[in-house]
Amino acid sequence: MSASSNLVPIGAIRQPVHGRHHILSVLVENKAGVLARVALLFSRRGFNIYSLAVAPTDDERFSRITMVVDVETAPLEQITKQLHKLINVLKITELDPSDAVEVESMLVTIVAEGGSRSRALELAELFRGQVLDVNAERLTLMFALAPSALDDVEALLGEFGIVEVQRSGRIALARLPKPVRRVARRGKVS
Amino acid sequence: MRLTGAQALVRALEMEGVDVVFGLPGGAILPVYDPLLDSPIRHVLVRHEQGAGHMAEGYAQASGRPGVAIVTSGPAATNIVTAVADAAIDSVPMVVITGQVPTGAIGSDAFQEVDTTGITMSVTKHNWLVTDPADIPRVVAEAFHVATTGRPGPVLIDLPKDVSTGELEWYWPRRLDLPGYQPVTKGHPKMIEQAAALITAARRPVIYAGGGLVRAGAERELRALAERTGIPVVTTLLARGIIPDDHPLALGMPGMHGTYAAVMAMQRADLLITLGARFDDRVTGRVSAFAPEAKVIHVDVDPAELGKVRRADVPIVGDLRNVLPELLRRLPAEPADLGAWRATIAEWQQRYPLSYVPSEPGSATKPQFVVERLRALTPDDTILVAGVGQHQMWASQFWTFRAPRQWINSGGLGTMGFAVPAAVGAKAARPRQMVWAIDGDGSFQMTAQEIVTASAERIPIKVAILNNGYLGMVRQWQEMFYDERYSEVYLSPDLPDYVRWAEAMGAVGMRVDAPEEVDAAIEKANEVDDRPVVIDFRVDTFEKVYPMVPAGASNDDIVLPPHLVGDGR
Repeated sequence: MSASSNLVPIGAIRQPVHGRHHILSVLVENKAGVLARVALLFSRRGFNIYSLAVAPTDDERFSRITMVVDVETAPLEQITKQLHKLINVLKITELDPSDAVEVESMLVTIVAEGGSRSRALELAELFRGQVLDVNAERLTLMFALAPSALDDVEALLGEFGIVEVQRSGRIALARLPKPVRRVARRGKVS
Repeated sequence: MRLTGAQALVRALEMEGVDVVFGLPGGAILPVYDPLLDSPIRHVLVRHEQGAGHMAEGYAQASGRPGVAIVTSGPAATNIVTAVADAAIDSVPMVVITGQVPTGAIGSDAFQEVDTTGITMSVTKHNWLVTDPADIPRVVAEAFHVATTGRPGPVLIDLPKDVSTGELEWYWPRRLDLPGYQPVTKGHPKMIEQAAALITAARRPVIYAGGGLVRAGAERELRALAERTGIPVVTTLLARGIIPDDHPLALGMPGMHGTYAAVMAMQRADLLITLGARFDDRVTGRVSAFAPEAKVIHVDVDPAELGKVRRADVPIVGDLRNVLPELLRRLPAEPADLGAWRATIAEWQQRYPLSYVPSEPGSATKPQFVVERLRALTPDDTILVAGVGQHQMWASQFWTFRAPRQWINSGGLGTMGFAVPAAVGAKAARPRQMVWAIDGDGSFQMTAQEIVTASAERIPIKVAILNNGYLGMVRQWQEMFYDERYSEVYLSPDLPDYVRWAEAMGAVGMRVDAPEEVDAAIEKANEVDDRPVVIDFRVDTFEKVYPMVPAGASNDDIVLPPHLVGDGR
């Protein structure tokens, strides 16, 4: 991905290249060294991890790694097969971005003095942000949003002057199945 | 019953049926070497830890059982990494146990500390750092299970010193809890049906037989498939012997130094029945030009191999010993008529056989001649081990293989120095079979000290050095592709003096200067049964390995030996 901002529209800078964006949800045994095995596999096979989030699941024997990888579809199949070969990997689900709910969080410190402070707080409220820290010159805000909305917030906050920003990498789950009413009705009519 | 971790480890190895381990003690592994004294397990004391690893590989390949190596921490662990990587790429089942500094010292840069599990993560199928003595029986059971099932491979257990001196209540796990490890063994019936349909429709099919068939022990199943269908078989470097070379359907080795018939049969095929092979670049040449008209059936126990290099029209995950009989069951009783295809291949075989120009009277021995004479003068079930280089290719080409597990070499990693220690391991596994290593002078010098091990342990291997005074394969590439600019490839045939070196290491040393001395030397070596033998065969420096597909070229651009074409093409 190009780093030159005049080629990439603001707000899209943190998105993977369209069509190469795959979310893998990987259920692993919660054992020492598992993250190292996964990370090493990616570097050894020449794959890129775009973002990565890992934490234990409700069952403490397992952790879930959510990663966004930035590859074409064919290498993706090779990635999942290689991941499956790791003894500590139990299950890999590829989440289609259009069929998943995705959230990413961000901590951001901006310059907010005098008149700009109220505008910043207004913007934070608009995106359901929280103020985590404050002093006379600066504000530290927290957001948890869909990644593209987070890009928008980051771009908008850029006008105030970003002092520091830290994003978490995205986490995701598959969308829940919905009843398919329309199809059933059409069946009755015909 | 209370045991120390070390006692539990040795007992667990006994439970797994281990009869020989290869190793070398040192500080962090010392506790394990004490109970080893009281165990019926034989320990072979190596002179360098890389040797222990290759011996375990040789043992595993000759016997079909996992090889075991035990070494200490730090430099011992790094020394064995080459062999672990070699086993990984050639799918050799191996269990390596390394000592580690005490758990409390891990991470402190203690004496002889390295991050062994970190270093070996990418070259093992799995590895374990044991932090509690109570885990030892479970980890050993898991390690042997993982090493030997699915696609076999090396595993490593890193054992801190305080864990091997600590105590546990002995147990042996009745079942293993590896929720993330469930190798698929049965092929998908729909896929097998599709494969049968492709085979029935094919007019120019080839069976591409790989090392996976040897690992699966599927020689009978392969032969049944070939004979029932009449489909010719190419055997990769790791699969040599899976079908006898004198079988009418055997085409020999494909690839960079393959037979013309094997290479061309694959190039012109309309169907490749790929069994336990992985489309290695040394087989395919330039992938985009490889077997352009062929549909692909690909059977492998490792799903990641399917579609990795070449898209498979019919991918089948499963154990070849299960899949092949299922496939056979679905084939029609009357095979398709492959007469025209077989006639074309027979013409290639006849016109471009593997051959070399015999040496003129009074001139240097041809290396291929040595290989042929060795085959002629040794028992049918002789195990042949090779190092890496020209001699390895000549061994694969000019030896007549008759059964699997009688050919052991380093295929994927190409590890020079493999031959001597791997031969020791093979002989330890199969003491009643004759074991010959064909080695190069360059290759031999990398691990020759294991001849000392062979002498001390009374493991009478025989080594034929094809001594051309050069790093011969590199020399060949410099001759062919670097305008004969020879850069750092000359070794000298006389330095070291191989005969005196062999004798100093407790072996019988012989030197053969002329073709007419070859037979007598081999016969004399065959009679020695109480110590190793090393024969320094002085061979023609200028001999090259042919045919050859230059690296990165299409298999269509195969270079034949000059005497078959006249103009070097």
